[in-house]
Amino acid sequence: MSDLILKTAAELADALAAGETTSVELTQAHLDRIAAVDGDVHAFLHIDAEGALSQAAASDARRANGDALHALDGVPIAVKDVLTTIGLPTTCGSKILEGWIPPYDATVVKKIKNAGLPILGKTNMDEFAMGSSTEHSAYGPTKNPWKLDRIPGGSGGGSAAAVAAFEAPLALGTDTGGSIRQPGAVTGTVGVKPTYGSVSRYGLVALANSLDQVGPVTRTVLDSALLHELIGGHDPLDSTSTTAPVTGLVDAARAGATGDLKGLKVGVIKELAGEGWAPDVMRKFNESVDLLTKLGADVVEVSTPSFEHAMAAYYLILPAECSSNLAKFDAMRYGLRVTPDGDPSAEDVMKASRDAGFGDEVKRRIILGTYALSSGYYDAYYGQAQKIRTLIIEDFNKAFEQVDVLVSPTSPSTAFPLGAKLDDPLAMYMQDLATIPANLAGTPGISIPAGVSDVDGLPVGVQLLAPVLEDARLYRVGAALEGAIGPVLSIDKLEVAR
Amino acid sequence: MPEITRDEVAHLADLARIDLSDAELDHLAPQLQVILESVASIQGLAGDDVPATSHPLPLTNVFREDVVVPGLTPEQALSGAPAVEEQRFSVPRILGDEQ
Repeated sequence: MSDLILKTAAELADALAAGETTSVELTQAHLDRIAAVDGDVHAFLHIDAEGALSQAAASDARRANGDALHALDGVPIAVKDVLTTIGLPTTCGSKILEGWIPPYDATVVKKIKNAGLPILGKTNMDEFAMGSSTEHSAYGPTKNPWKLDRIPGGSGGGSAAAVAAFEAPLALGTDTGGSIRQPGAVTGTVGVKPTYGSVSRYGLVALANSLDQVGPVTRTVLDSALLHELIGGHDPLDSTSTTAPVTGLVDAARAGATGDLKGLKVGVIKELAGEGWAPDVMRKFNESVDLLTKLGADVVEVSTPSFEHAMAAYYLILPAECSSNLAKFDAMRYGLRVTPDGDPSAEDVMKASRDAGFGDEVKRRIILGTYALSSGYYDAYYGQAQKIRTLIIEDFNKAFEQVDVLVSPTSPSTAFPLGAKLDDPLAMYMQDLATIPANLAGTPGISIPAGVSDVDGLPVGVQLLAPVLEDARLYRVGAALEGAIGPVLSIDKLEVAR
Repeated sequence: MPEITRDEVAHLADLARIDLSDAELDHLAPQLQVILESVASIQGLAGDDVPATSHPLPLTNVFREDVVVPGLTPEQALSGAPAVEEQRFSVPRILGDEQ
């Protein structure tokens, strides 16, 4: 194993700039690591060694030529399989898209290609990003590198596990209800959900348009800031893309690393604690809160009463949006086509293809969404959920009148055993209690490792939330807290071989 | 408490164009009932005075200049099609026997 894989993206960028290594060398080091451990971890659905090495060689040539380079030029990255990539399969973890090779790149993929980051491959995920464990992937679950019989979180368990297992220094994820932050928490990595609209969704196969957001998955807060600034910004191809510049995040992370939070007001969310929250998670979380106080922050308790209804509202809004989004998988223009015997009509083919191509969780949510949007139920369910969404936004607004950032545990428990909640959808949904409100309100959030549980030795995450377009606060506070907590993830703590 | 029966699940699956088997209906219907009971807790929580939010950002229609920009070629657009004929998507018959 090459020691190169242990470096952060920022360190790799520095090593490249100093001429101590080449992009080909460090891309090969990560491909070797993938070859050595991904049989156990299964973070990747597709590995593109040839493409990655050719992008790396191009990066080295640019550097030798003295071209102007992005800071991350030559640093390899993994991409969640829900983002379209020209020439590379994009399955969204679903059988219905098995073998589909998109003819266009997602805007974020175009941006990382233009900046010169070699793409190592596409990472595993719950089917169409529906789940909290990657067990709903049609291609088999990803394992948590800390303990291979545990879930890596979801839906972006592949991206988080790849970064945690040192298979990639950086990854892209997507977060609709916590799919970046919860995997970050249970794998001891950093994950960020940016402000809604600040990162393009073009080429992100939509789960729920009003909730989805692309974001960084890394091992440090600074690395997330570097990647976030690269992928952020206005995109004319996404009509919900904001025009506000996405800048100052790296500066904020560097400022935060000095460890001074004097004058900062932090609110502990009262509703995200108590029944259903594991005591070992709460102990680690409370240590993080104490550290914030030691760093000079003024910590108070804040109440956001409507958060108690966030999960119910989310599980009406999301199925409603996804039931209409996934209607496009109709076996006519792309994807799986199953033709029943006899003389089937297009409708018969659609029904058979969708039954064969979608897994249980996707079917559950499509049917629930179809129900919630039915006449006679619309006002009682979907209409009410939209009003709860208003109340949650108002609760955030009131909270941010009192404090600069909010803090909570990211996930109610550490990584649970594979299979433990697979047949109990509600128990699985509870994993996202703390992460869902930010998606409903469009606010940014970050999860950073708080330490390891004193019960099972597995990582615990702490979540910071900031007002819309104030993502920089997450990086300042996150970097300060990260420095105070100290390193949580290290290769020697993992069950996968060194 | 709201109820979602096996027959109703079958009807909804039909509307959603998913051909669920009997075994799937047996499996999914009780799970959907549990989920529905949980989300039904929000019924009547917010009154008429609370406006609905469909989206975290205030949305306005977005226009661009009416200029020609490159799009997908026919070959690219058809590259993932299950069946192609004469540079078109080939699909099964769309009319039923009675039509």
